[in-house]
Amino acid sequence: MKLSGAAHLVGEHIDTDAIIPAPFLVTTDPVELGKHCMEGLEPGWNKRIQKGDFIVAGRNFGCGSSREHAPVAILGAGVSVVIAHSYARIFYRNSFNMGLPLLEVGDDISRIQDGDPLEVDIITGQILNKRTGETIAAQPVPPFMQGILNAGGLVNYVKQRLTA
Amino acid sequence: MRHAVAHTLAMKLLQAASDEVIKEAGQIIRCRVSLVLANDITAPLAIKSFRQMGAATVFDKTKIALVMDHFTPNKDIASAEQVRGIREFAQEQDILHYYEGGDCGVEHALLPELGLVGPGDVVVGADSHTCTYGGLCAFATGMGSTDIAGAMALGETWFKVPQTIYVQIDGELSAYVGAKDLILHTIGKTGVDGARYKALEFGGSTVAALSVEGRLTMANMAIEAGGKVGLFAADAKTLAFAKAHGHTATQEIAPDAGAPYDEIIKIDAASLSPQVACPHLPDNVRGVDELAAEHIVVNQSVIGSCTNGRIEDLREAAAILKGRKVKKSVRCVVLPATPKIWTQALREGLLETFMEAGCIVGPPTCGPCLGGHMGILAKGERAIATTNRNFKGRMGHLESEVYLSSPSLAAAAAVAGEIVHPASL
Repeated sequence: MKLSGAAHLVGEHIDTDAIIPAPFLVTTDPVELGKHCMEGLEPGWNKRIQKGDFIVAGRNFGCGSSREHAPVAILGAGVSVVIAHSYARIFYRNSFNMGLPLLEVGDDISRIQDGDPLEVDIITGQILNKRTGETIAAQPVPPFMQGILNAGGLVNYVKQRLTA
Repeated sequence: MRHAVAHTLAMKLLQAASDEVIKEAGQIIRCRVSLVLANDITAPLAIKSFRQMGAATVFDKTKIALVMDHFTPNKDIASAEQVRGIREFAQEQDILHYYEGGDCGVEHALLPELGLVGPGDVVVGADSHTCTYGGLCAFATGMGSTDIAGAMALGETWFKVPQTIYVQIDGELSAYVGAKDLILHTIGKTGVDGARYKALEFGGSTVAALSVEGRLTMANMAIEAGGKVGLFAADAKTLAFAKAHGHTATQEIAPDAGAPYDEIIKIDAASLSPQVACPHLPDNVRGVDELAAEHIVVNQSVIGSCTNGRIEDLREAAAILKGRKVKKSVRCVVLPATPKIWTQALREGLLETFMEAGCIVGPPTCGPCLGGHMGILAKGERAIATTNRNFKGRMGHLESEVYLSSPSLAAAAAVAGEIVHPASL
């Protein structure tokens, strides 16, 4: 499945307080959380997102809290995929559970600049940078987690186990 | 137990709860859980996912803990509504360990105190500081709400067996240097992502000499190095703690000889001065001697949280504040982490010391740590706190700052109005 959109660069060690600050954790509504996405980085950040755009981040994206509101807010803001050098562990797990695809590309992250038009294949992990014509290959998702994705996320995975 | 391959503590604890044979780090295994935890922020999403999974009942109503500690006593209508929903779920499922109001404390201080976690347990919690219980030799780790919902329904979850960084700490600690300084120094060395996807295992003579409370303080911050868990072997002290709190574990647990460590970090504890994490990341660590020369003025001092809200921490802060006054320009907020700690502090006269010094003594709550309530920073304000995170905007306005320290440094800063070495008071 190929997705097209623009890259929105954020920095390194973007923590969950930056993604969705604690005062907004009094709801679980994706639309409401999406309005405050990245507000801990920059108030009004979500307004620059066109539906389907990408967050492009440095090292350790999503560090900090276990709050699942972080991937929910990102999805709520209209972001389709996050591409980063690397991810914090809990955020990585939460995102797949919530159906937010993450691509991990390591040092190749430097080949993407703010505003670059990208075409992303979330199955193969291939990222085409339409500005430069370069293709970047993300690390493959482990087979066990592909199983969860194939089941349609963790909710369906557990549903299948409960009825088995 | 002997294994075909030598096991680190992380491997050993996971192996005891899994039917699959653990051969190496990186393996993904299914594992039984001893306890599943969520709080007033994370439980609402967990309950939503639990319903969507089609689950009718939790796997064991005695092995779920729901602790209403972040926005409680409820700060507004929205947070009160969230708690109402969780309370109704707890009643419907007949959850034994639901805590709100007078029996509620900061979750990671409360559960060890109630004997709900202990050596050999595998605990998953929808809170990143669930790793605290590694101080008791439990494999305990933070996850998101939907993972927790799965564990509540199935009584098991999946783990990638982590690689381990062994942190060996030897030497005698100087005055005013303790567990918080050791963990801040460690994070300063690893960086905030140095232990990403890995376990930290702590050992050495300094660690052996630490109290169980000190080990809980250290394990609490493993996540600030990106770690999955921060583990300590279960020795005689751990077992005595477990027994005193009604936990059933009786076996010491140590890593196997020749366990496969990914990396070994050695720390000379004797050379350490009190440590401070400067804004805006927990790995931005400097010695207080160096910082004191910069006269960093503080507006607020927070003594409490799952990192340093236990009785030892309050005693440490009170020893500094006894007979002294909090500077007029500083708000010093003291939050004993559980009702039991609160009562103990009352009996020992610590609360009187705090009040006479001019502190604000509040109820057990996570409030100010995450900028929730009861101690929020205005634009340009600066706090020193015994909490675990100093991310930008963590305690309030985006243009505020948080410094992390031990209770004695936070108390000393409250008196001096700036960050100082307690010995200089």
